[in-house]
Amino acid sequence: MALAKRIIPCLDCEKGRVVKGVKFLDIRDAGDPVEIAKRYCDAGADEITFLDITASHEGRETTVHTVEAIAGQVFIPLTVGGGIRTIEDIRTMLNAGADKVAINTAAVFNPQLVREASARFGSQCIVVAMDAKKVSAEGESDRWEIFTHGGRKPTGIDAIEWAQRMVEYGAGEILLTSMDKDGTKSGFDLALNRAISNAVSVPIIASGGVGNLQDLVDGVVEGHADAVLAASIFHFGEFTIQQAKQYMAEKGITMRL
Amino acid sequence: MNKVAVIDYGMGNLHSVAKALEHVGKNTQVIVTSDAKTILSADRVIFPGVGAIRDCMAEIRRLGVDEIVQEAMQSKPLLAICVGMQALMERSEENNGVDCLGLAKGQVKLFANDASGAKPILREQDGELLKVPHMGWNIVEQCDQHPLWAGIENNTRFYFVHSYYISLGAEEKASGVSHYGVDFTAAFSKGNVFAVQFHPEKSQHGGLQLLSNFLTWDGAN
Repeated sequence: MALAKRIIPCLDCEKGRVVKGVKFLDIRDAGDPVEIAKRYCDAGADEITFLDITASHEGRETTVHTVEAIAGQVFIPLTVGGGIRTIEDIRTMLNAGADKVAINTAAVFNPQLVREASARFGSQCIVVAMDAKKVSAEGESDRWEIFTHGGRKPTGIDAIEWAQRMVEYGAGEILLTSMDKDGTKSGFDLALNRAISNAVSVPIIASGGVGNLQDLVDGVVEGHADAVLAASIFHFGEFTIQQAKQYMAEKGITMRL
Repeated sequence: MNKVAVIDYGMGNLHSVAKALEHVGKNTQVIVTSDAKTILSADRVIFPGVGAIRDCMAEIRRLGVDEIVQEAMQSKPLLAICVGMQALMERSEENNGVDCLGLAKGQVKLFANDASGAKPILREQDGELLKVPHMGWNIVEQCDQHPLWAGIENNTRFYFVHSYYISLGAEEKASGVSHYGVDFTAAFSKGNVFAVQFHPEKSQHGGLQLLSNFLTWDGAN
């Protein structure tokens, strides 16, 4: 198989700075997004994902400028997410230089947005981000539910059905975050990943829980992920992107080295 | 001053390609436009495209871009990217069949072992299920010594994102091939035209080198 699996470092940004929380709380400052994006790109990152966790209007302006600055220096695909609610928001980010946008909460409240956006801009630039949490009890068969607002609000929507519906509406890719695993450094939720990946035709980006390089391998091999996303293991210098790609290649995964 | 016109027919994000050209081009002016005069007075032309082919073709015809491309092809170097490449073909299977510009011989086909299926199912020969769209970095095997490959190692990976691929007519000449379930044309050349299925503007070193080569290419082979 010639197509390489992708490593995607994720920049969670607030007010123009890269931050990283544990289970969406307890935020640590990790630096300037443009510098970091450029460093990751030079180190062989296959894509960059930029998630804006700023809520204020002023913060959004900063985000647009940051996206413009990254896009002017980083010549690999750039996905921008966080607070994307309207067709206009999507257009703004694409015009700023994003190649794809990730839609999360807005897709839940207005699924037609995904349909309209993919019809207008093409499926290739519409990523549906979903935050899923295991809701089945011990002994029951696995079941995951979609949560919104950074994982705070349950929706009652089954994660597998939701993924299938979003693909039918035109999502070109799914960014799947496990709420149970995010920030724990205990590995991806492999059962969740596998279930979603096997249920849809589009690529899946596994997210949430990477603590070491074997977790990335497991995400691809056991979680059937097409791409793996990680933040803190790269931000705080535990591993470089090259190390990660080299390790995955040694384990027999096709990588772009 | 090297003037490069990026044809804007309202489809998708042209900023990436404009920014990448500005990044590699010395003394280069990049103009994103749909104006025929501006395009035809430029030294080089980029014909990009993303999204659904039916919408792309409708806008191409509405804005008269079909005639502009045809004319530009005769007179100056033209680089077609992704759906821009597909639009040069005769016909696409996408959107229940769409007639394209017919400026090169070939068909645009869905990545699927069973073309009749509404949901694309694509398998590798060993049975591995492949996701559609074909998204990510894949190997491009160079078939010729085209000037646009200068300085790019054979079998370099480029970034692709597409669900439809080109099956080139026997009359045409592939410059690069890739494999995803099937072998497909990743690049072809025809006179002043070089066309690529991948996104050079998103393909880091190899992609930037190709764009840089385009900026100095005189259109000959």
